[in-house]
Amino acid sequence: MRTFADFVRDAAKYGSLSKAALHWQAKQDGRSEEELIELMRTRLSVMRESAAAGLSPNLRSVSGMVGGQAALMNDPKSIDRFGLLGKAGAYALSIAEYNACMGKIVAAPTAGSCGILPGALLAVQEQDGFTDDELIMALFTAAGVGRIIALQATISGAEGGCQAECGAAAGMAAAALVELYGGTAEMASHACGFALMNMLGLVCDPVHGLVEVPCVYRNVGGVSQALSAAQMALSGISSPIPCDEIILAMKEVGDALPSSLRETGEGGCAACRSVCRK
Amino acid sequence: MDLFDILGPVMVGPSSSHTAGAARIGLITRLLLGCEPAQARIGLYGSFQKTYRGHGTDKALVGGLLGMAVDDERLRDSLRYASDAGLNYSFYNAEARDAHPNTVIMDVDGVDGRHICVQAASVGGGEIVVQSINGLEAGFNGHENTLIITQRDAKGMIAQISSVLSANSLNIATMRVFRRSAGGEAMVIIELDGDAEQSLLECLERMPGVYHVAYLAGRTEGQ
Repeated sequence: MRTFADFVRDAAKYGSLSKAALHWQAKQDGRSEEELIELMRTRLSVMRESAAAGLSPNLRSVSGMVGGQAALMNDPKSIDRFGLLGKAGAYALSIAEYNACMGKIVAAPTAGSCGILPGALLAVQEQDGFTDDELIMALFTAAGVGRIIALQATISGAEGGCQAECGAAAGMAAAALVELYGGTAEMASHACGFALMNMLGLVCDPVHGLVEVPCVYRNVGGVSQALSAAQMALSGISSPIPCDEIILAMKEVGDALPSSLRETGEGGCAACRSVCRK
Repeated sequence: MDLFDILGPVMVGPSSSHTAGAARIGLITRLLLGCEPAQARIGLYGSFQKTYRGHGTDKALVGGLLGMAVDDERLRDSLRYASDAGLNYSFYNAEARDAHPNTVIMDVDGVDGRHICVQAASVGGGEIVVQSINGLEAGFNGHENTLIITQRDAKGMIAQISSVLSANSLNIATMRVFRRSAGGEAMVIIELDGDAEQSLLECLERMPGVYHVAYLAGRTEGQ
């Protein structure tokens, strides 16, 4: 199961992307599917706890640059106005800020991009009442997608820029959302493709080298990309470029990025005058 | 790479390399020391040196020394726990050419007078490499169950150690031996397929010529 095409083929064999991913993992490490589901359940609880804890208005990161902003975004008026997108964004920011404030999170696939996938899943659960068991299966789908991106390209900002971290997280979340809403495995591959396509070229430019600015805001951007990508795919729009090719394009773009835009804190936002101390 | 490497680790933020990896280095150093730490001089290189405060690398290293794992929420306040536990620590800027950018050197004294010096690097995604122990080359990542035995360099030591392991039905996955000088201090690093019981460690520790035995339980996938 190295490409999205393999993953779609396995989904046909085992019934869905999530079942194919679960089956693959069980075969890898000899644990039963039940054990793996319980392990994923603990991941989901940590995600949920971090989303709630990050909403505290009193949080501050060590540098003081971020923390407490998700509380503003989660204001009922703001959620009313922006609906699902508003809720998902507030949770994504909450988890990302909690991470920046030394809170306990699940790297998904990295610590810097940890808000996107749970932000999307927790928001759609609130809106549409998905069960925890359904979310857990969606996490297996997301993990399967993340593994393919990591194998074919990279999920490290230092190697591929933010498109590799937040881009991968958005692609994972988009595919998971499609499965939750009853879309096919092909649709999930289109959703992942759209998310990656729309985040192609995004650089990793942390101010002072810290996982704070712009990282926490990029989690909000990433979850909105995931929702839009899932919406396109679920509406029956197919990506004109297969997801596997977009993953390879992401790798090539990452390789072409200068080192100043790959987590060195030297370019992009990090080099802007007002935040650049030295 | 499995699915729980993608959705994981569960960790205290903000950075897998600068926080989770650092906590793991601290924890491994504690296990190698084999007792409560009393004093730690911690040298930081490269990116660790430049960004340690903002990433909580200092808290993670000290928290690890106090026995906190990468997902222990006390890491955030570990410096306070250190003063409660009577651990004195200091940080300094270390200089070295060709060191991995996220390298740390930990000089730690234990409450019972033991001392250890560990150099390790956090190589990304929470992965680490222990590069040297007390100046002897090490080079393990703690994925497998790992035995680190410090002993006198003498004829037959390795054979005795392996026969104890085999008597306990443990298979050696890899074994490396380093020594300071012929007849001097030597170190054996053994990665095991099975899990070593406390009784085995005590048996090894009682062997004549063995100074110290440390055991690191490997990282079970998905944890």
